[in-house]
Amino acid sequence: MSDVRPRIRLPRSAKAGDVVEVKTLISHNMETGTRRDGSGNTIPRQIINRFTCEYGGKMVVDMEMHPAISANPYVEFDVKVEESADFVFTWYDDDGSVYSETQAFEVG
Amino acid sequence: MLTRRDTMALGLGVAAVAMVPGVASASAVDDAISAFTGGAAVADGGVTINAPEIAENGNTVPIEVEAAGAVSILMLAAGNPTPGVATFNFGEGAGTSRAATRIRLGGTQDVIAIAKLADGSYARGAVEVKVTIGGCGG
Repeated sequence: MSDVRPRIRLPRSAKAGDVVEVKTLISHNMETGTRRDGSGNTIPRQIINRFTCEYGGKMVVDMEMHPAISANPYVEFDVKVEESADFVFTWYDDDGSVYSETQAFEVG
Repeated sequence: MLTRRDTMALGLGVAAVAMVPGVASASAVDDAISAFTGGAAVADGGVTINAPEIAENGNTVPIEVEAAGAVSILMLAAGNPTPGVATFNFGEGAGTSRAATRIRLGGTQDVIAIAKLADGSYARGAVEVKVTIGGCGG
């Protein structure tokens, strides 16, 4: 898919030891594989089947997704931040594509 | 040997099954749970599911799950064509055992969450969501 675009929302600032809320969204149809097109043919499944978030090299959440996840999958979770580091977000598509986004985060 | 009556009954059975397409059988839900737990006992309670009581649009229903001390949480939609929704595995960088997402629900049904706790035990929560317009239509 060519129109896949990740979006991340992080808090503006945090102190060491804080638990911060992270919101992620990626534009993707999440085609279930059960729908039919106008001529009655099944539209093949194509979803994002896995999403991971790491902070400073530590796994935060590793999520397995099924077709029941809505289009443009949204995921929200909490991260404990001890020091400034990079967030790495990765989405795995059924077609083998991997979409990745890295964002630096300052802990002051 | 099949008598005429047996054949009729068989036909009715097939028709009855065919009339409810797109709903996971109870055994599919049980199978998904035992695949996650390895057949271990699951205690009721200890898992919080926040979901709207009534969802107008089944294509995107906000769901939040939380289970204190959980290392992973399995989320199932008992009334969808296949019950699997998501599994959240929380790593050492996680701040809480909480996650929120948006899911598709084909109709009014129970959303079930099974949490694997750090001590290896399992807990269960469920909530019914009424859906006005289903999210599995083609």
